[in-house]
Amino acid sequence: MAILKTNQLTKQFGDFKALDGVNIEVNEGEVYGFIGPNGAGKSTTIRVLLGVLKASSGEATIFGQDVWKDAVAIHKRIAYVPGDVNLWPNLTGGEVIDLFVKLRGGNNQSRREELIKKFDLDPTKKCRTYSKGNRQKVALIAAFSSDADLYILDEPTSGLDPLMERVFQESVIDLKREGKSILLSSHILSEVEKLCDRVGIIRQGHIIESGTLHELRHLTRTHLLVETKQPITSLEGMKGVHDIEESEKGLSIQVDSEELDQVLQHISQFGVVKLESAPPTLEDLFMRHYESTGAGGAS
Amino acid sequence: MANPLFNQTWKLSRFILRRDRFKLPIWLLSLTGITILIAESFTGLYPTDESRESIAQTMVNPAMTAMVGPGYGLDNYTIGAMMAHQMLLFTAITVAIMSILIVANHTRADEEDGNLEMIRALPTGRLSNLSATIVVLLGVNVVLAMASGLGLYALGIESMDLQGSLLYGAALGATGFFFTSVTALFAQLSESSRGTIGLSFTVLGVAYFLRAIGDVSNEAFSWASPLGWILGTEVYVNNYWWPIVLTCGVSVLFILIALYLSSIRDLGAGFLPSKPGKKNASPFLQSPLGLALRLQRTGLISWAVGMVFLGVSYGSVFGDLDSFFNDMEVMEEFLSPVAGVSITEQFTAKLMSIISMICTIPALMVLFKLKGEEKKNRVEHLLGRAVSRTRLLGSYFVISLITGFVMLSLAALGLGSVALSVMDSSMSLGTFYSSAMVYMPAMAVMIGIAALLVGFLPNITGFTWLYLGYSFFVVYLGGMFQFEEWVGNMSPFAHVPQLPVQEMEWGSTSALIVIAVALIVAGFAGYNKRDIQG
Repeated sequence: MAILKTNQLTKQFGDFKALDGVNIEVNEGEVYGFIGPNGAGKSTTIRVLLGVLKASSGEATIFGQDVWKDAVAIHKRIAYVPGDVNLWPNLTGGEVIDLFVKLRGGNNQSRREELIKKFDLDPTKKCRTYSKGNRQKVALIAAFSSDADLYILDEPTSGLDPLMERVFQESVIDLKREGKSILLSSHILSEVEKLCDRVGIIRQGHIIESGTLHELRHLTRTHLLVETKQPITSLEGMKGVHDIEESEKGLSIQVDSEELDQVLQHISQFGVVKLESAPPTLEDLFMRHYESTGAGGAS
Repeated sequence: MANPLFNQTWKLSRFILRRDRFKLPIWLLSLTGITILIAESFTGLYPTDESRESIAQTMVNPAMTAMVGPGYGLDNYTIGAMMAHQMLLFTAITVAIMSILIVANHTRADEEDGNLEMIRALPTGRLSNLSATIVVLLGVNVVLAMASGLGLYALGIESMDLQGSLLYGAALGATGFFFTSVTALFAQLSESSRGTIGLSFTVLGVAYFLRAIGDVSNEAFSWASPLGWILGTEVYVNNYWWPIVLTCGVSVLFILIALYLSSIRDLGAGFLPSKPGKKNASPFLQSPLGLALRLQRTGLISWAVGMVFLGVSYGSVFGDLDSFFNDMEVMEEFLSPVAGVSITEQFTAKLMSIISMICTIPALMVLFKLKGEEKKNRVEHLLGRAVSRTRLLGSYFVISLITGFVMLSLAALGLGSVALSVMDSSMSLGTFYSSAMVYMPAMAVMIGIAALLVGFLPNITGFTWLYLGYSFFVVYLGGMFQFEEWVGNMSPFAHVPQLPVQEMEWGSTSALIVIAVALIVAGFAGYNKRDIQG
């Protein structure tokens, strides 16, 4: 069942079209990875979903309710962490966490303490003295200690160190286990890969690819490292073979997933000594789309 | 400076001068400029001995003494004596503020931001930055002393001789130097620049009040205050130099202590323990209203103190209003006499229009804080949770309205109670209070305009200030410039019945209330419709 759904969501700032027909769908109990380069429209989408910006056209619903008209009712059931956490310099972290939790409604003191310990935050310090990572921790602790149905996290780990990133990932996995739904916007691909069931890639206000990681991998290439008894010939001309590189370790090639069978049959003729294959990473996937942006034209 | 602790002090001094190449000249020019201009204007305002005599009489009351210090030479109230009495203390306080801000900026603030770490990693001495700051401030205060001293002397006013003028300048410079040393010391003790500035301002505030208490009761208190020493010079009357020497001596002592402390402490550390903040939010701080109040707490308290101060200071001149107005022709244009109404009542009515406009300032600031929060991306935290826009704007609106009401009440009651204590009149405190409260609808119109702009056009909220400035101009100075009637009528403050001179007028008052309500309702509607920026 879709908990969050947008249909042809468009947002215009003057002449600039920040979102151009965005369709995303987050199902119950699912972690949805929302990825894309900076300025692609991730945060704008999220801010429309929060009812902070008003969509120029299209529909967006959360729990079946309109994100603009029923914002307050929706917000009672969601928790949000902004990408750029700005806090009040003269309040302490502890005060801000309490305020946030209270404003949502509900109060879970033991969870709060547990999270403060896990994220290693000193709640008695004024927000003025916090680094970006610590401000993010404040927002994360406030979000995770509230009992929400949907968590909207906008690049939540951009300021965290690797240890804290891990704590974050554990917390997300805990939530997932409890059957919560999560919209995770990120450009840290390894994180999305680890946590998300489905991903949507946004670029220039368009969703250019979406589906489960499994489905998307289909669209991409497998990396092969081979060593053969005889040198492999006539590989260059083969369909679906890219980026051939010779190295001391052997021959490194990228193969389109649908051509894998053909390529392997060809290679085996030369007497395989060693064969390593690596699944395509989200990074490859992302880069492929990203590079076509660099080339200029829309893909 | 051969001592390695002070290595490169001169270079760092030049670096500070370079960084503050605009700030320092602006401070110096405005301080000396205002000093000289005021002295010059006194000669025009009070040209005769008699006019000065009568103003001297109005100055002799405890409220005035507490505010500006004891008057010397009141029996022969020359322009010079007047200058030293009415201007010296407040100019000195401004110089102190300048010194505090600049010193804190170059010592603890730089340390906190990590700039000092880079400087210290270069071949500079451990004390170089602190000593360079002190050297620069010493120079600034010497320049200030010389410029204002010579400037005053250059006016060629008879009662302002060379010695007195130089002493006047020296008194300003010494105050600046004293607060340089105080701030330098606190920069070592406190761990943060806010702490440094806060503690230094506390010393300034305590010095002011200690002197105020001392001047009206026991002189011993005044001599415990550095500002008391400054006034003790009795400039242009007796010209005592020894308080300047005393002030500078104590300053040097503080500087030595500061340098010593700086030499033995770690970078980034302080001597005062920084107390940990609250771990949990109080029950009060758990709603948008509580948050809005908490964020503006310090500002609101300062305004409240300021408004009481404003009321009290205006109230203190009520005792001698008649002689004040009879001797000054310019005042007659300002207040045209009306038959059957006392000058006191007329002055009250005029004053309340001004006070109400001043009290509008904090009320507007409260509402505009919401816009500031939006710009800083903090409104999202609230609207992203179960807080509706109406509730958010409503919180700020309610605080704004209450702020206006409380400020106006404080100023009116402060004014009324002091005025009644210094004059014999049939007026009651209620008269003062109602003549102020009648301005609440006009203030609500201003708040309504602010709400409308926050709701629809948050980028041009500055227009409200312009409009308030316009109102101030046409209502306050309208009588002097003889504007056309419609010019004045453009301001809501012009449609308020001038109690106690005029009768209460419910028609215009109700009209103002209706306009205010309409503006506010529209503002809320707009805020519910627009994109939140950030």
